Amino acid sequence: MLSWSNFVSQFFNGLASGALLALISSGLTIIYGTLGVLNLAHGAMFMLGGYAGLVAFQATGSFLIAVIAGSLFLVVFGVVFEFLIIRRFYSRPPEDQLLVTFGVGMVLVELVRWGFGSLSFTVPPPSWAAGVSHLSFMFYPTYRIVVLGIAAAALAVLYFVLYRTRLGMIVRAGIEDSTMVGMLGINVDRVFMLVFGIGAMAAGFAGIVNAPVVSLTPDMGEAILVQTFVVVVIGGVGSFPGAILGGLIAGEILSITSMFDPAYSEVMLFAAMTLVLLLRPQGLLGLPSRE
Amino acid sequence: MSVQKFVRPSRRTLLQAGGALAAAAAMPRLAFADDQPPIGTWPAGSQGDAITIGITVPRTGTYAAQGEDELKGYQLAVDHLNGGHELMRAISPKTKKGVLGKEVKYVVADSAAKPNQAVQEQGKFISDNKVVLMTGSTSSAVAVALNHFAQREHVLYVTGISGSNDTTGKDCVRYGFRQNFYGQTAAAALGPVLIKVFGKNRKAAYMTPDYTYGHTVTKAMNDYLTSHGGWTMVTNQVSPLGAPDYSNYVTNIGNSDAEFLINVNWGHDAVLSTQQAKQFGLLNKMKLIIPYQIPFLAKELGADTTQGVYAATDFWWTLEDRYPLAKLFVDTFQAKYGYRPEWGAENAYMSFALWADGVERAGTFYPPAVIKALEAGHHNDSVVGDVYFRAADHQLVRPVIIVRGKAPKDMKNPEDFWEVLEVVPGAGLMQAPDAFGCKLGDYT
Repeated sequence: MLSWSNFVSQFFNGLASGALLALISSGLTIIYGTLGVLNLAHGAMFMLGGYAGLVAFQATGSFLIAVIAGSLFLVVFGVVFEFLIIRRFYSRPPEDQLLVTFGVGMVLVELVRWGFGSLSFTVPPPSWAAGVSHLSFMFYPTYRIVVLGIAAAALAVLYFVLYRTRLGMIVRAGIEDSTMVGMLGINVDRVFMLVFGIGAMAAGFAGIVNAPVVSLTPDMGEAILVQTFVVVVIGGVGSFPGAILGGLIAGEILSITSMFDPAYSEVMLFAAMTLVLLLRPQGLLGLPSRE
Repeated sequence: MSVQKFVRPSRRTLLQAGGALAAAAAMPRLAFADDQPPIGTWPAGSQGDAITIGITVPRTGTYAAQGEDELKGYQLAVDHLNGGHELMRAISPKTKKGVLGKEVKYVVADSAAKPNQAVQEQGKFISDNKVVLMTGSTSSAVAVALNHFAQREHVLYVTGISGSNDTTGKDCVRYGFRQNFYGQTAAAALGPVLIKVFGKNRKAAYMTPDYTYGHTVTKAMNDYLTSHGGWTMVTNQVSPLGAPDYSNYVTNIGNSDAEFLINVNWGHDAVLSTQQAKQFGLLNKMKLIIPYQIPFLAKELGADTTQGVYAATDFWWTLEDRYPLAKLFVDTFQAKYGYRPEWGAENAYMSFALWADGVERAGTFYPPAVIKALEAGHHNDSVVGDVYFRAADHQLVRPVIIVRGKAPKDMKNPEDFWEVLEVVPGAGLMQAPDAFGCKLGDYT
């Protein structure tokens, strides 16, 4: 399928799907970068955001309310999850953190399966974003173009919060030395709870924004979790700009490789990750001190 | 002289010999089996009042919905075996209650459509429960793995859903049997319909899941359409099982000059890939074809997407108008589970019924005797009419059903998604038994 028009189409598609991957990965990297917890429940939280939005959509018929509900539900979930479980694991070994988040992820998936079954659900895009747009080089779903904008805007907001506000400053200071931040009289526990809530919200927001692109199933987070890990490893574990760069690179690798041989798309993604780990273990935008 | 003696027996001798022969014929396999050393889980698994079947179906992952439907078919079959239901007795006439008078129990585990997980779980069932039969798969990768596992362990296996040519082809085994249709028969049944309706020399894009089922079904379809109709494969988009996004694959197809999208993906992968093909406007400019129909696909996509789509399938519930047993099956299934069965449930039910019939005819659970009973070419009535196992590759000879998606306005009830166009007899669709390299292996 090598042709100029297909290359342009795939490049654009890589950009759009990469932005979505960046958005999904941002929550993972915010939580890891700040709290040092590799949250294996991230895929399940992404799925949960989709289902929470679905319930709101079914009740109201409004996509906007669905997005707000999906995001808010995950903020609340994230805060409660952190308060009840995660904070007891900050000082425990990383393998304990992996096990507990993996376990919570499984419980979430099975709870949703118990409540909704395994058949998929669809959330339609808002009517103004439905249909197909004719770009000069290809037809492209209008909603995916909108998602590109939504993802860019959401990432910009997150960037602003993390790099241009007092909260962001505390968070970034907490990343470097949480003990010191605590000694300065800042309630680190509360900040960490908030950070986990923001990370969860990013997952939930991505889940419901992504819902019209896919169809919701309880297992949808599993494959996404793998891809988001690749994204954060490429971009730099714990680096927010790294997640954006990693997402875009991953999107382009998946799209461009598929032009040559679609069976190798995912293989190339992992090959790229391996290459980054070999040449720059901390990731493209990661700092060596952050492991 | 002595020869003359033997060719002139007295009438009394003849009667005695005839009586002895008749008695031997009445239970020859029982006597044969009782003399055998233990094999697999025999006789340990069938010495009590009950026997156990090990079921591994995907209850998580991309094939989870189909796995649950399959499981319900197994459960209904077990109920019907233990209760001696008339449907079960119509398929397996010697069945009274249970199998050989023993209550049937089952144990279930999630395979997640992963071969290693399925083999592990069945291994536990063999050691802990002494299962006399293994079943379940909604992925041919699992079916092929369990085939070889069954042969190694000498425990019978009837496949669940498995569409790969390999299952009763190069990966066939003496201990494995398959009820359902597969790539070759799907292509041979659907191909002529497509060429008749759409003509020759057309261009098709394929979407193929990257494992044995996908590759063999795509090859079978493409081989048939190319050799009989001059169709061309303009692109083949191979994707991993459970891909989270198909946008890059459908972009490639959108940039091809395909007139048909032949989607071989299965389970939720089929739902997602079709949905995204529609989002990208592909279904406005090319016609969708589903060579290997997917349970619940139409329900999940909606009839506005599946209307006019041609597909091959194992069973569709409106066959109740043609076959009395189909009606009995649909009615009893619906009464128990609240919806009309999809073909995964039908395949599951039929697989158990045919196995039970084989055991009843063998008169023993001794696996080689059961295998020989199933290989005997015995014809059974079924929910799709007369069927029998082919001895040389253990594939059931059964019709393939060609369906076309109904428009929403033509649906008579919320589950009336497909119109049955043809019931194509199976024997003429099948390849020669050795064409795909089947070598069954030993009985013991």
